[in-house]
Amino acid sequence: MADEQAPRTPLPQARAVAGRQRGFSLVWIIPIVAALAGAWVAVTRVMSEGPKITITFSSAEGLEAGKTKIQYKGVDIGTLTTIQLSGDHHLVRATAQMAPKTEDFLVENTHFWVVRPRISGANVTGLGTLISGAYIGMEIGDSKQERRSFVALETPPVIIGGALGRFFVLKTSDLGSLDTGTPLFFRRLQVGRVASYELDRDGQFFTLKVFVRAPYDQYVTPNTRFWQASGIDVNLSASGITVETQSVLSILIGGIAFETPAAGPVLPAAQAGTTFTLYENRKQAFEPPARYPQTYQLIFNESVRGLAPGAPVDFRGIQIGEVADIRAQMDFKTFEFSVPVTIRLDPQRLGVKVTGNYSGADLEAMRRKFIDTLVAHGARAQLRTGNLLTGAVYVAFDIFPSAPKATVDWSQSPVRLPTIPGQLQATEASIQNIINKLNKMPLQQIGDNLRQTLADLDVTLISARGTLVSARTTMDNANNFVEPNSLQSQELDATLQEVSRAARSVRVLADYLERHPEALIRGKKGASK
Amino acid sequence: MSATAASAMQVGLQSCGSCGLLSRPAAGAEFGRCPRCDKTLAFRKPASLQRTWAYLIAAAVCYIPANLLPVLNTTTATGSESDTILQGVVLLWSPTGWPLSLIVLIASIMIPSAKILALGYLLITVQRGSVRNNAERLKLYRTVEFIGRWSMVDVFVDTFTAALIQLQPLMSVEPGPGLFFFAAVVVLTMLAVESFDPRLIWDATNLQEVENG
Repeated sequence: MADEQAPRTPLPQARAVAGRQRGFSLVWIIPIVAALAGAWVAVTRVMSEGPKITITFSSAEGLEAGKTKIQYKGVDIGTLTTIQLSGDHHLVRATAQMAPKTEDFLVENTHFWVVRPRISGANVTGLGTLISGAYIGMEIGDSKQERRSFVALETPPVIIGGALGRFFVLKTSDLGSLDTGTPLFFRRLQVGRVASYELDRDGQFFTLKVFVRAPYDQYVTPNTRFWQASGIDVNLSASGITVETQSVLSILIGGIAFETPAAGPVLPAAQAGTTFTLYENRKQAFEPPARYPQTYQLIFNESVRGLAPGAPVDFRGIQIGEVADIRAQMDFKTFEFSVPVTIRLDPQRLGVKVTGNYSGADLEAMRRKFIDTLVAHGARAQLRTGNLLTGAVYVAFDIFPSAPKATVDWSQSPVRLPTIPGQLQATEASIQNIINKLNKMPLQQIGDNLRQTLADLDVTLISARGTLVSARTTMDNANNFVEPNSLQSQELDATLQEVSRAARSVRVLADYLERHPEALIRGKKGASK
Repeated sequence: MSATAASAMQVGLQSCGSCGLLSRPAAGAEFGRCPRCDKTLAFRKPASLQRTWAYLIAAAVCYIPANLLPVLNTTTATGSESDTILQGVVLLWSPTGWPLSLIVLIASIMIPSAKILALGYLLITVQRGSVRNNAERLKLYRTVEFIGRWSMVDVFVDTFTAALIQLQPLMSVEPGPGLFFFAAVVVLTMLAVESFDPRLIWDATNLQEVENG
């Protein structure tokens, strides 16, 4: 206490410590470390930054800047950074930050598209995006030309990510129910899809790009036929009702089937990109191609009801062509009405093969000679009913040796071939004939004679009736005679009994005489006694 | 403040920074130890300005990645997302949630930058021997020192969120690289405040008075 109160208490002396003089404080290591760490982070950030690309979309629906990813085979390789409208407000321009080392992917034919849930007849895709939101899919091109600006596809491509197989090109005039993604069938096995289709510039044909998966692409040869197996193909034709389908799937969404004719030569697999014709149906696909189609005209002086363009023209059951056109025509001089039917024939289908090399003129001459010969032998066209149910009619060529003579006038165009009335018409004609003959009969006279005869007969009958009455009396008498209780009958009975008794007596006598022959001389012994 | 009182240094005495004991410096040595608590004694915190500068510069360097790098990586079923502090502020900004957004903005962006700027101002004025606004500068220092400890709140919130929200595979939250830099900013500014000797603020005033007689 005394010390504390004492003024100016001497302050304690600090203990001396040997000090180190440092000119530079070690604390400077800290900002250096901080700077290094910052620089390292910055460098790694810059290093990990890939190329920036621009993608143009028609709509940014479901896309979000900073969130929407670009995926390839499910791997995130980029993120959209900005989304903005294009200058003319028609498109959406998005920039994307790609992952590092993706420069190789960003080439000329790389495609981008928005993956959204998509439910079509053929398949359901992108269901995952219902939860995760849309993302951008991509297909990496094989070009070497690098690119940074892309236009997104409207619909995702059907074949993604270097699937093994081959593309082929199909040409068709009618798309039917085909669409991208429509399945391709080979022997009813789904082996591919329609990748894309577009209308040709001239608007005449559709060019379809189809993809056939490996290993089935090897079955596509230059000889392969493709046809539309769309839905149920119900065909009402001269040959009846045919229903053709590939599978339940194709009934719902359509499809394309292909097959290689077994008869043809075995060919190597077709090159990728080979163009094929897409036929309307299987039947058409397997018809031998009409290589030298020729147009002829047939004039039928009868109804062509039931005949339609496309109806078959056959020769003894083998189809050799088809009806191209049916038109009515009137001759204004004679007012004669006729129906010229234009047909297209291909003699090759008849199995006529031209062997050897002939020029066009030679071929033409041979063709004329061939047809002239046929006509001379009685080849005529005739309308025949192919199907009684549908009334479909077809044109048949056949040899009618009894047909009136005809020649082919080659100066006409198209050339007219001789016809003969159809079966139905021929039948009608013969019935008419019969009726005519019937008409010619002298029925009146026959009737008169008949009436005369009948009157005579009447008289005869009356006299016959008298005869019959007397006949009946005779019969009655006879009847009375043979009646059991009649007098005659009783008498007859009595007489017969008498006769019977007499006969017995005679037998007794005969017996006795046999045993006693002497009785004939001596008389009965007993009686004598 | 017309601080006319002579400082301990002026009368050749050292005060202990730990227990406050005033003592005469040890003879013949630059450094002495407090006879009561054995803490190293010095007239002023050794290399105060240099250290503060070092910490401050380190903090300023770290402040850049802290704001540019994501602090939280949120992985949900719908995809993963990483947000920086500023993105978080934007995300929280809504007609009803703006106070929260404002808190994050103030606590995580404005306060650290204000601290760095305030310390820089103090350091520069001290180095230039400014004699004005001594009291205000001291208040500023005290405020910075007071706020410093609360800056860690952000880091805590993030780490707690990361620790609690681990609903694999539905959702998980992970701290991003920005968070480490943000924590470094907080720690470094606190160290800078700690190494700054506020007595330097009025040393210049005292020196001027001595010179003026």
